[in-house]
Amino acid sequence: MSQFAVNMIFIGLSFALYIGIALWTRAGSTKEFYVAGGGIHPVTNGVAVAGDWMSAASFLSMAGMVAFMGYAGSAFLMGWTGGYILLAMLLAPYLRKFGKFTVPAFVEDRYQSRTARMIAVVSLLCISLTYMIGQMTGSGVVFARYLNVSIDLGIWIAAGITFFYAVLGGMKSVTYTQVAQYCVLIVAYLVPPIFISMQLTGNPIPQLGMLSEVGNEGINVIPKLDGILAELGFAEYTGFAADPLNYFLLTATLMVGTAGLPHVIARFFTVRKVAEARWSAGWALVFIALLYLTAPAVASMARLNLMETVYPNGAQADPIDYEHRPDWMNNWLETGLLKFEDKNGDGLIQYYNDASAKGKELTAERGWAGNELTVNNDIIVVANPEIAKLPGWTIGLMAAGAIAAALSTAAGLLMAISSAVSHDIVKVALKPDMTEKGEMNVARIAMLATLMLSAYLGMNPPGFAAQTVALAFGLAASSLFPALMMGIFSRRINGKGAIAGMLAGITLTLVYIFMFKGWFFIAGTNNFPDTAEYWFFGVNPLGIGFIAAIVNFIVAYAVSLSTEEPSQEIQDLVESVRYPKGAGAAMDH
Amino acid sequence: MVDKEVAQAYWKANLRLIVGCMVVWAFTAYGISMFLRPVLVGITIGGVDIGFWFSQQGSILTFIALVFFYSWRMNQIDKHFGMAEE
Repeated sequence: MSQFAVNMIFIGLSFALYIGIALWTRAGSTKEFYVAGGGIHPVTNGVAVAGDWMSAASFLSMAGMVAFMGYAGSAFLMGWTGGYILLAMLLAPYLRKFGKFTVPAFVEDRYQSRTARMIAVVSLLCISLTYMIGQMTGSGVVFARYLNVSIDLGIWIAAGITFFYAVLGGMKSVTYTQVAQYCVLIVAYLVPPIFISMQLTGNPIPQLGMLSEVGNEGINVIPKLDGILAELGFAEYTGFAADPLNYFLLTATLMVGTAGLPHVIARFFTVRKVAEARWSAGWALVFIALLYLTAPAVASMARLNLMETVYPNGAQADPIDYEHRPDWMNNWLETGLLKFEDKNGDGLIQYYNDASAKGKELTAERGWAGNELTVNNDIIVVANPEIAKLPGWTIGLMAAGAIAAALSTAAGLLMAISSAVSHDIVKVALKPDMTEKGEMNVARIAMLATLMLSAYLGMNPPGFAAQTVALAFGLAASSLFPALMMGIFSRRINGKGAIAGMLAGITLTLVYIFMFKGWFFIAGTNNFPDTAEYWFFGVNPLGIGFIAAIVNFIVAYAVSLSTEEPSQEIQDLVESVRYPKGAGAAMDH
Repeated sequence: MVDKEVAQAYWKANLRLIVGCMVVWAFTAYGISMFLRPVLVGITIGGVDIGFWFSQQGSILTFIALVFFYSWRMNQIDKHFGMAEE
């Protein structure tokens, strides 16, 4: 059977499963549509959060970034896990106690302001749309690679499938579909590194394998990798961060952003009790950590395998001949994500860092004419089983897993966007007498429009999946997180303060991102090139969210303190969300 | 309605717990993994220095332990102050 047929079988089977679940668990009422009837077990909810939250960025892109950035890539590992502590301690239990369906509903009630709610809705739409663009790009790449279609067609296929089951099912079926998708993605992610770890170290647990000895060579995986990289002039894998400021800011932005993501917060409305909302955050982190603890193993082993493929007899000896390249290189050379150029015409693949001092030495001493191989970070996870010569079924499994990761997040985001449009904008602000059925129809139209827009922007994305997604986290960190946290922990913050804070935070982030990435992410409209020498105070646009969050806090406090105190009614509301007793089920609005 | 003094004591206990957990959280994410890494570079685990290991795996394990510890302790505090849901 051809590899294409194997991939099709795995993708086809996984889709049959999701669509089956979507049809079987269709929502009957608006309540089931938005919060799945509020009766989801905390562990199930934790799995759904993990599936919802781990997207193409975590699955496809992250390990590749760690593989090529080494220590500096840890910002993604810690940033995308550390936020769950903030969520569990600072937001989830109180918002569950408050008991409304959506984040904007809390903002309006707490700040007694329709304007504040609308700003929250607009922030939510900015965050979710940016996030959606990343998912569409990611799943487009996967479909293009495995179905042998163009990337644009791949994106439209992904959009069509997501529409089908999110629109049909609503939150209840999205919850159960996400559970299934989590299972598919985690199996797909774990199987290849188990084999690779056995091959390299004899240890079947990749998380430990990365810390073990390579064969009987008397040296461990990472020190060996460091040694090879040093001989070729590459930055050391365990070297200190070259840019500590942005390492710090990116980690902080991703952590705070995680806690401010509306589609993740909405998941905590689906459990029965406040205590369960806390446990649920813990379970979510456990299921997420299964992937996140494996990612550094995937990264170090894939990088080592890649180096050893190019230099089978060590970095001192000659690299492999282009004529004898392995098959996986052919597959990726075709996509253009792997590039080879024989600069010195000797037919060998010289892969080294020609810009470093060591690299210049190599150029002079060994008759090399510059680096000849370019590897795109983002192919590492998917190419990993091929590099390690694993059987074809693991590649098919990888295809199904990558698609599951992108689609489960896309579905969760669609739910958040459609409820914001249909409920917060149309029903609350424009047409209060709309029926339940009318509301669900508006939600479906909103989903369709969102998919079209994000698929369109996904064809010319502001970066690869992980970078686009990191921008969404910056927007969440700077707008919603401070407003929600202060709404719970401070009685003194009033509507004017929250409005000023949110506006300052999200405007700063959006403007800073657009100046470097292009206005509204349209390519070519950026004011400055996106490189370190143009960044203000050296701040990378990926890390601006944390600074803007601090600005949000300061502005909100300053404005609140110079205007009137919130009413007694609001102070009582703040009190009531702090105490779990009497939470009841999530209410209608 | 909840008694005011009990409510205040409950909220204080919660805040204390949050601050404690945040200190541990910041110490692992930024202390061991970043600022103290040069100092701790001599301590190794599986061939890498402890700061590197914490930045890639150790911090994530600590985060899990922290979330569960917070949930467990907070649910106890709920019961102690009679704030738990039936």
